[in-house]
Amino acid sequence: MSCYLGIDIGSTTVKLVLFDEQKQVLYKSYQRHFSKTLQTVQKELNIILEKYGDKEIKVAITGSGGMELANTTNVPFVQEVFATSLYVDKYYPQVDVVIELGGEDAKIVFFGVNTEEKMNGTCAGGTGAFIDQMATLLNVTPAEMDALSLNANAVYPIASRCGVFAKSDIQPLLNQGASKENIAASVYNAVAEQTIGGLAGGHPIEGNVMFLGGPLTFCQGLRNAFLSQLPEIKPIFIEDAEYFVAFGTAFYASKTDTTVLISELLDRIEKAKGNMKKLASVCLPLFKNEQEYDLFIQRHNRADVNYDKNLQNTKCAYIGIDAGSTTTKTVAINQDSEIIFTAYAPNKGNPVETVRNQLIDFYNSCPNVEVMYSVVTGYGEELIKNAFNVDYGVVETMAHYTGAKFFEPDVDFIIDIGGQDMKCFGIKNGNVDSITLNEACSSGCGSFLQSFAKSMGHTVEEFEKIALFAESPVDLGSRCTVFMNSSVKQAQKNGASIQDISAGLAISVVKNALFKVLRVNDAKQIGEKIVVQGGTFTNDAVLRAFEQLLGANVIRPSIAGLMGAFGCALMGLQRHGEKSSIYSKEELENFTHTSTHVRCNYCQNHCALTINKFSNNGRYISGNRCSRPTGKQKQEDLPNVYNIKQDYLSKYFIRKNSNVTIGIPLVLNFYDNLPFWVTLFDNLGFSVKVSGFSNREIYRKGQHTIPSDTVCYGAKLVHGHIIKLIEDDKVDAIFYPCMSYNKDEGKSNNNYHCPVVAYYPELIGANVKDVEKITYLNGFVDINNFKNLANQLLQMLSKLDSKLTKKDILKALKSAQEEQNNYRTNIINAGKKAIKYAKDNNVKSVVLSGRPYHVDPELNHGIDKMISSLGFVILSEDCLDCHDEDVKNIGVLNQWTYHSRMYQAAKKVINMENTELVQLISFGCGLDAVTSDEVKDILVNGGKLYTGLKIDEINNLGTVKIRMRSLLAAMEERGKQNEK
Amino acid sequence: MKNSKNKFKEYTILVPMMANPHFTLIKYALKQYGYNLEILTTNNENIIQNGLTYVHNDMCYPALLVIGQFIDALKSGKYDLEKTALLLPQTGGGCRASNYIFLLRKALKRSGFENIPVLSLNTKKLDDNTLTISVNALILAIKALMYGDFIMCLYNQARSYEVNFGDSLNTLNEVVNWLSDKKFKGKFEENLVYICKKFADIKLTGEKKPRVGIVGEIYLKYSPLGNNNLEDFLISKGAEPVVSGVTDFVLYYLKNHLIDGQIYSVKSLTRPIIKYIMNFVLKIQKTMARVVVENSSFSAPHTFDKLCEAVEGVINTGVKMGEGWLLSAEIAGYIEEGINNVVCAQPFGCLPNHIVAKGAMANIRKKYPMANVVAIDYDPGSCRANQENRINLMLMNARKHMVKEVVDEKEKIHS
Repeated sequence: MSCYLGIDIGSTTVKLVLFDEQKQVLYKSYQRHFSKTLQTVQKELNIILEKYGDKEIKVAITGSGGMELANTTNVPFVQEVFATSLYVDKYYPQVDVVIELGGEDAKIVFFGVNTEEKMNGTCAGGTGAFIDQMATLLNVTPAEMDALSLNANAVYPIASRCGVFAKSDIQPLLNQGASKENIAASVYNAVAEQTIGGLAGGHPIEGNVMFLGGPLTFCQGLRNAFLSQLPEIKPIFIEDAEYFVAFGTAFYASKTDTTVLISELLDRIEKAKGNMKKLASVCLPLFKNEQEYDLFIQRHNRADVNYDKNLQNTKCAYIGIDAGSTTTKTVAINQDSEIIFTAYAPNKGNPVETVRNQLIDFYNSCPNVEVMYSVVTGYGEELIKNAFNVDYGVVETMAHYTGAKFFEPDVDFIIDIGGQDMKCFGIKNGNVDSITLNEACSSGCGSFLQSFAKSMGHTVEEFEKIALFAESPVDLGSRCTVFMNSSVKQAQKNGASIQDISAGLAISVVKNALFKVLRVNDAKQIGEKIVVQGGTFTNDAVLRAFEQLLGANVIRPSIAGLMGAFGCALMGLQRHGEKSSIYSKEELENFTHTSTHVRCNYCQNHCALTINKFSNNGRYISGNRCSRPTGKQKQEDLPNVYNIKQDYLSKYFIRKNSNVTIGIPLVLNFYDNLPFWVTLFDNLGFSVKVSGFSNREIYRKGQHTIPSDTVCYGAKLVHGHIIKLIEDDKVDAIFYPCMSYNKDEGKSNNNYHCPVVAYYPELIGANVKDVEKITYLNGFVDINNFKNLANQLLQMLSKLDSKLTKKDILKALKSAQEEQNNYRTNIINAGKKAIKYAKDNNVKSVVLSGRPYHVDPELNHGIDKMISSLGFVILSEDCLDCHDEDVKNIGVLNQWTYHSRMYQAAKKVINMENTELVQLISFGCGLDAVTSDEVKDILVNGGKLYTGLKIDEINNLGTVKIRMRSLLAAMEERGKQNEK
Repeated sequence: MKNSKNKFKEYTILVPMMANPHFTLIKYALKQYGYNLEILTTNNENIIQNGLTYVHNDMCYPALLVIGQFIDALKSGKYDLEKTALLLPQTGGGCRASNYIFLLRKALKRSGFENIPVLSLNTKKLDDNTLTISVNALILAIKALMYGDFIMCLYNQARSYEVNFGDSLNTLNEVVNWLSDKKFKGKFEENLVYICKKFADIKLTGEKKPRVGIVGEIYLKYSPLGNNNLEDFLISKGAEPVVSGVTDFVLYYLKNHLIDGQIYSVKSLTRPIIKYIMNFVLKIQKTMARVVVENSSFSAPHTFDKLCEAVEGVINTGVKMGEGWLLSAEIAGYIEEGINNVVCAQPFGCLPNHIVAKGAMANIRKKYPMANVVAIDYDPGSCRANQENRINLMLMNARKHMVKEVVDEKEKIHS
């Protein structure tokens, strides 16, 4: 008789379980492998060998990291979900659903007549590694984070689809002073939401639910989050849940035929070490030899600053603070621009405290110096400015440009890679001319290297050093960090050394910056005098990779990580301050800070506000989009066509006629022709109920029925609208037709809808079970031919009213079309009025160019209001009179109606003074990969700036604000130059 | 156009390898009309690198690959750039793939190859650089395509069970050369019989293996560069890949014209012609199926009319962008044939796939509870380990069901 061994090699840990003949546990272990999987397995096997002798065993391997090992050692491999379901089937027959969260995988198994397994797609990272990452961000251990979460009193909305998104939601919350307790709870909540909403893919989670895997075993807070979102289930938690997959594997082993001695297994693993395939894709080494490295260092040492070491003669100081997303930097200079003080520290989730400490340090090290002026920039700009009475706040782009100019007066391109974000700006004629910021989904930045270093058991510095002379850096691709995790896993599996991985990661950060964010392949495309800065560039491996891939030498200032703060200090000097209002040492020492959280109820955005109170009775409110909750005197509202469109649309929300109510979900294509359909049904004598604008609550209502977690947010919202109409509005029917084509506006080569807009009604019919309760009308309609349309409608509507005739419909269609035309005219008129207002009052305008459904306040997250509060008149792409714009022959195939409007708007804007276009891009919108390039080409060739804002579930407008303020600054600079 | 028609006969026309042996056969077919096609089978890291550099990174993976492959080829120095043209087969329609040629042109401009002509061989005239070929040449090309389907069907069945490794590949090369040497002449059915018998002669093991159908975005479905050698991987894991033919896509495309006619009441004179062609092609498909049954023990390929039946209750055939309803129909079609295991290869973020793959799964599961379908995302960043892990899960379930079926059958016999 033999024993049964199960080996589970996960992304971060190795689990071994040894069963005796009766399948009782003899031995079990759970080890972090720090990418040394083979060694870890060997170590454990040796312990077993010592403890139980050289037994004959049956063995099986599982786990994402185990496939290659199983192959090379000729041991049976069992897929991990399969192993789990096998074991559950045998020993826990009462279980209906298993939810298992692992290091990087999330799985749900539905048992029943036919077992159905779901695994997270490639773009869903909210799992164990993600929770670890969040704990690092909060500067606590995972266990501490769990404890914190139990004392939470508020939960913030955090994008739950993808780890990177969630992170960019959390960072600003931290900077705005939200408590760690609440953030911890929000993280768990987001993970639960993602699992239930995204992963289940429309399959309801009911009955006896077993929770497995490390995070669900160790985190009480995470379990609570699941249970509060699934109140009806009967949860099953078992002991040793983290070993469960290994149990399943040992069980699987017991069913295999071959046996092996433990010693022989060890031999095979030893041999496998040499045989494991080396990864085919490798990059060039960063440095060939030490000599090359020395030359490199010498060259970069030239970009240095002067330090004023002798502080006796120094009287004046100019302080610059850069309150970044993960780190806070403070620099003070004297009247000769020499540095007298620098500080650089991670925020550790509390930027206010960090700045306070740095300022106290400053006063301590420069006791006799008087502060003349202070300037702050960065994510936490407003918070810090309010907290410490800083004199002036400046947008990051200007701060960095000022800093870079110091090192290279003719700088024409700056790229700054910080912990969390990447900023690139082109400079033309002394102005910031183009701005590119990384989107939330390309955040391969510094903090990501940091997390990796940590997860592999190294400090950042060590991790950097070992990269420099790696022989064959692995090619890890250039996508998001979630993908990167998987690529690293693959590289480890293939036996790549940690040196090669470290170098590969540095290269991937650069690739992400160059190919994904900037999309350049040649230095000449971006500029001749390139300055690189930001904390990430202090890493020599990243800097070297950057020069290698760009094929050009760049300038890295010695204080690359402090450039924002340095730029601020220089600006302070330029502004000739005489006495700064910044807190004195004493005031700092008596400083206190508390924050509370409320939800704003002024409008449907319901911003989550954080109210910070400071010891000076000062108050700072963050999280708001407009100025209403701050209690400031309400400015005269500037014309905002987005608001006007919302008002117009809301006039169509209810029509009362017969006792048959047709529900219309206000989603996707209905945003364009709601007046048409509502008037049509009104005239036919039906009552009409429109679901109204979206909000987070509506999204949650339908989240569990979404089959594809990478579809755009606009589409995801449809599910909730449908359910709301059925459950809350009790409609008798829902009209949501499939439309391949939109109305032909004669401006494009074809008049398609995008595939998602066109066919989502079909998907709803298949995935939202509730539609069976009502009459669901989702047939195909031809909106360009009324005779044809009348037939199609007659067929659908006769289910509701058998007396209806084609003649009635044709008549109603006519007045519906009139109403639709009126609506369009009204919008054009609103546009004209707004443009006139802007001209008469000399106000700048922004054409917020998206698709019609971007008017939805939940979809656009109130971006229109935010931009308006900066002093812009807001126009929409469809309120411009684009009669004369010819877009039939542009650089792409112009065949989608909505997108054609964007091209038209772009052409129109070229000839509009004081007006820029900002394109709203839905994350996951494949068509925008086509349109954004083309809109950019049209604008840039016409001498305008291009700004694209990617939007998703993500609720944080921090980066949007930076971009819009930079745009404003650039417009002002351009205006000044034109005056000259 | 007439001038350019001749002009391009002096050119090397590069074409990305999309399906084998289809494209090789088409190359031989068009050679007879004076066109010199070179099918790109390159597979190296520079391809995706070039794609990422010159194409918007949020563009679909197939676009990154085919455009990257072209630019890699142009950079290789293998071709006389004065006499090289590019041919990118694509369809029109509401999917963003209809923009490939525009994106290719943009990419060529950015990479300094803007003088290289981009041709398109197309059912619709999308632009002026359409490579028009004579009706006879077109018919021969379509014939070549159908031979390709036929050979691919037999090849996959043979090589999954061959006793001597490489026998099937040799046979494939042999019949492809045979067809090309005889200039595709001879009676169509006789040629099919000849080919079928050649494959039937291969010595097979007679094991029972799970059969796995492949569906997906058309490039990823067929191209090994796109799907990380999916067919080879399945074979290495002891399964038999089943890949339905390209002809179905042609028929689907034609049928959409008829369906559009109904929905949008387009009155078109081409309708009778389309119907005629469809019937003609369908007849050939049926002949192929019959030849396989009569001359070998291989499974016959399904015919398009079966797909049209299978799609009932799965998705509305008005869904026509990208692979549209065909993709859902192919999944259903495989299951109707008894192939419950399906890999759906899709580019990450592919728009039509939200609807026709993930969106239609609920209906497929409802109609076929035994469906064992796995959707795999392909993307420059997605790693192979994750893809293979998911396919492995599907395969283990497939094997479990196979064992169960065998047991059930045995029980039946005993009782």
